[in-house]
Amino acid sequence: MDPHEPILQAEDINLSFGAVQALTGVSVEVYRGEILAIIGPNGAGKTSLLNVINGVYRPQSGRIVFLGRERKRNMRPYEVARQGVARTFQNVALFKGMTTLDNIMTGRNLHIRSGFISQAIYWGRALREEEAQRTRVERVIDFLEIEAIRKTPVGQLPYGLQKRVELGRALAAEPQLLLLDEPMAGMNVEEKEDMSRFILDIQDEFGITCVLIEHDMGVVMDISDRIVVLDYGLKIAEGTPDRVRTNQDVIDAYLGVAHD
Amino acid sequence: MTEFLTAIFVTPFIDIASGPIFFGEVVLGGLMTGVMYSMVALGFVLIFKASGVFNFAQGAMVLFAALTLVGLMERGVPLWLSLILATGVMILLAFAIERTVLRPLVNQDPFTLLMATIGLTFFLEGVGELVWGSNVKRLDIGIPEDSFEVAGMLVNQFELIAALVAAVLVAVLAVLSQKTTIGRALRAVADDHQAATAVGIPLKTIWVTVWSVAGIVALVAGIMWGAKSGVQFSLSLIALKALPVLILGGLTSIPGAIVGGLIIGVGEKVGEVYWGPAIGGAIENWFAYVLAMVFLLFRPHGLFGEEIIERV
Amino acid sequence: MLYRETGQFKTSYRRDQAIFPIAQDRWSIGIIIGIAYLVIPVIANEYWLQAILIPFLIFALAALGLNLLTGYAGQLSLGTGGFMAVGAYAAYKMTTAFPDVPILLVLLLSGVFAAAVGVIFGLPSLRIKGLYLAVATLAAQFFLIWLFNRVAWFYNYNPSGTITAPPRTFLGIMITGPEATATVRYLVALSFLIFFALVAKNLVRSEIGRTWMAIRDMDVAAEIIGIRPLTTKLSAFATSSFYCGVAGALLLFLYLGSVETLAFDITVSFEVLFMVIIGGMGSIMGSIIGAAFITFMPIFLTNAPHLIGVDIPVDLAKELEAIIFGGLIIVFLIVEPHGLARLWQIGKEKLRRWPFPY
Repeated sequence: MDPHEPILQAEDINLSFGAVQALTGVSVEVYRGEILAIIGPNGAGKTSLLNVINGVYRPQSGRIVFLGRERKRNMRPYEVARQGVARTFQNVALFKGMTTLDNIMTGRNLHIRSGFISQAIYWGRALREEEAQRTRVERVIDFLEIEAIRKTPVGQLPYGLQKRVELGRALAAEPQLLLLDEPMAGMNVEEKEDMSRFILDIQDEFGITCVLIEHDMGVVMDISDRIVVLDYGLKIAEGTPDRVRTNQDVIDAYLGVAHD
Repeated sequence: MTEFLTAIFVTPFIDIASGPIFFGEVVLGGLMTGVMYSMVALGFVLIFKASGVFNFAQGAMVLFAALTLVGLMERGVPLWLSLILATGVMILLAFAIERTVLRPLVNQDPFTLLMATIGLTFFLEGVGELVWGSNVKRLDIGIPEDSFEVAGMLVNQFELIAALVAAVLVAVLAVLSQKTTIGRALRAVADDHQAATAVGIPLKTIWVTVWSVAGIVALVAGIMWGAKSGVQFSLSLIALKALPVLILGGLTSIPGAIVGGLIIGVGEKVGEVYWGPAIGGAIENWFAYVLAMVFLLFRPHGLFGEEIIERV
Repeated sequence: MLYRETGQFKTSYRRDQAIFPIAQDRWSIGIIIGIAYLVIPVIANEYWLQAILIPFLIFALAALGLNLLTGYAGQLSLGTGGFMAVGAYAAYKMTTAFPDVPILLVLLLSGVFAAAVGVIFGLPSLRIKGLYLAVATLAAQFFLIWLFNRVAWFYNYNPSGTITAPPRTFLGIMITGPEATATVRYLVALSFLIFFALVAKNLVRSEIGRTWMAIRDMDVAAEIIGIRPLTTKLSAFATSSFYCGVAGALLLFLYLGSVETLAFDITVSFEVLFMVIIGGMGSIMGSIIGAAFITFMPIFLTNAPHLIGVDIPVDLAKELEAIIFGGLIIVFLIVEPHGLARLWQIGKEKLRRWPFPY
């Protein structure tokens, strides 16, 4: 983890929908290899910020610099993905008509080069690539311990497993930056522990930088290297967990004080 | 080549300018046809607004309603009784559809429901023709058909009456929707099925009501179209023509259905009369669809439609 | 017992991803194909070949095409008839203008033309979705039929407006025209179907198939993970129209011999859509089963009453057909939205355990 090397810089982001100001002058830097948590009350603009990073929303003003290159104004989400950004969603956005395996395989789409004819004959390059990608996807499946459900249609999986499959799909893309939107929502204690372990392992083994939105303060304090706090579209605090935990503004807006 | 280009870009406008009376008649004729399209489109809008279902079978319902009416009259039942009976049949049909199609498919996605209504279309057409016969029937309910002059243009009495009927229909529907409790309930259901049930609105009753009203609208449309061009199978193809109307007007807007219908009606007629000869005639077959398609490219949700924002 | 899968372990990913991973499946398909090629031509009479099997094979190909677009890629299309017409008229023009070009090549090229037209009418799909897109495909349907009716160049200025397939040979055997035997035409249609069904299966189990399904299931998410929506949708339109175009050309050359635009009108679009829905959307096997069902059902309807001594006039049969089809679609959508193909799979599941109940 190199504290001097930001892989993403979002500068002075202003985002509004009609009369609603979602983000005001938000600036965030994400350093390579770190786990950055974004926290704040509901409606603070956390998901909007992620959507801006993904290219789904275009901010009215501000710039984004990713891997040293400034992002063009009208970059489409799939171009952002190509640069190396992957994402999971608040409401699981899996492809319900496909199996676990196929869903994670779609995560490899940016790495598959074979052409139409080759795939139509299912020979040569297409076949080799299909096998190669399958091998890599199986590694992700192993890592997330979801071997048993690889042929199950994802629509039939329980919520917690769906979230894991979605994480698998994001991992399969071999991203530089992984955005996780409330990856622990709706999980019980054990599932949260599993998920936390996975996220830490992702940082350790694959060196992927993670930005996550999360409401469970225990998890946030445990696993994140730095925290950014948003409230009403403004950044009100930033720093290590200890610093943020004791920041008065954050306590007033969000954390509250433990009653004795 | 220049001949073709002139025929497209120059001649029609000269023709229009040099014969304003005739142009007026063409436009008027188009407006009238448009009103008839709107009547069919209204049924679509009602059902879509209230249940989120795109009822492909609306055209078949028009045909079925008209067939029932004519069938009864052919067997000697007097007009007033036939109207009442036909209305009753359409209400019964609404009950049947709710019970056998809508209820079992209540949680399915719109695509499935659309497919189901496509199946319903064929079913209704088959039953209608089975029961009442498939030959073309004349529908004569005493509407005068002669023309009279207004400001030098020929206006057809029949079409004028059709326009009035449509206007009354829209006014009644608008009042019912805005002012009555049922109307409010319908709007609630259209917004969110589950929320509506949560506040105690009975989904089943709403659906039966809406489909009945749509059925009655279909009956009115069937009478108008049937009186104009006879009651026959092609009536259900009018439903296909209503699609471009809905595109232009938006699937959820009653005024949109009217405006859309008028635009399509006028567009078709003017296009056919002034541009048709240059391209080969009978462009009415596809003009409406191409017009709708072009519109869609600029406004994917129609003129008055609601934009559906997808949240991820 | 019969259908036991246990013991059949896949030792490589390649085997796991095979089209028929289970040995019994491979045997069954092999037997069916063998019967189709070797037995049917011998035992089937002229009527069965000409009026039932050949149209079944051709419409199965069209249903495959539509299923790729609507079942796999999720783009509802009501323009199938129009794209079939493009194939038929393209093939006709090519072979009448260049009679020496091998007919099989002409048939394949007709698909390319249809694919090009499909791409053009698929362009709106980036902005327009769902039902609205269906209206754009309706525009294609009505416009194309009008085009082939009005522009006399397409039917070589023939006063009757119909186009007739000229006699053509392949390897010395007559395969189109009045002298081509039903058996030969049947075998050609069969080969086309098997070949293109194989290609379709390959496509859907490859990356392309996955991107189609991703766009179908959640196109916003698909774009966020890197899938380009326009390219994906257009490739679906192109492939689907290719299949429908070839089917249209085969309809002219192998089945009807002479055709006018009526053979490709909006009713055909709906028929093929029914095949896809009843057979199973998103299923290769389903397209074929659906085509079989829709092709055989009218025959069954007209002939079965005879067997029990009842006579049904043609009109009534048509109406009954409409009622039964319409009703069946609704029943299927309620009971098994994934069509006959899923019912077949469930049947196989039961076979697996037979004779035990669970």
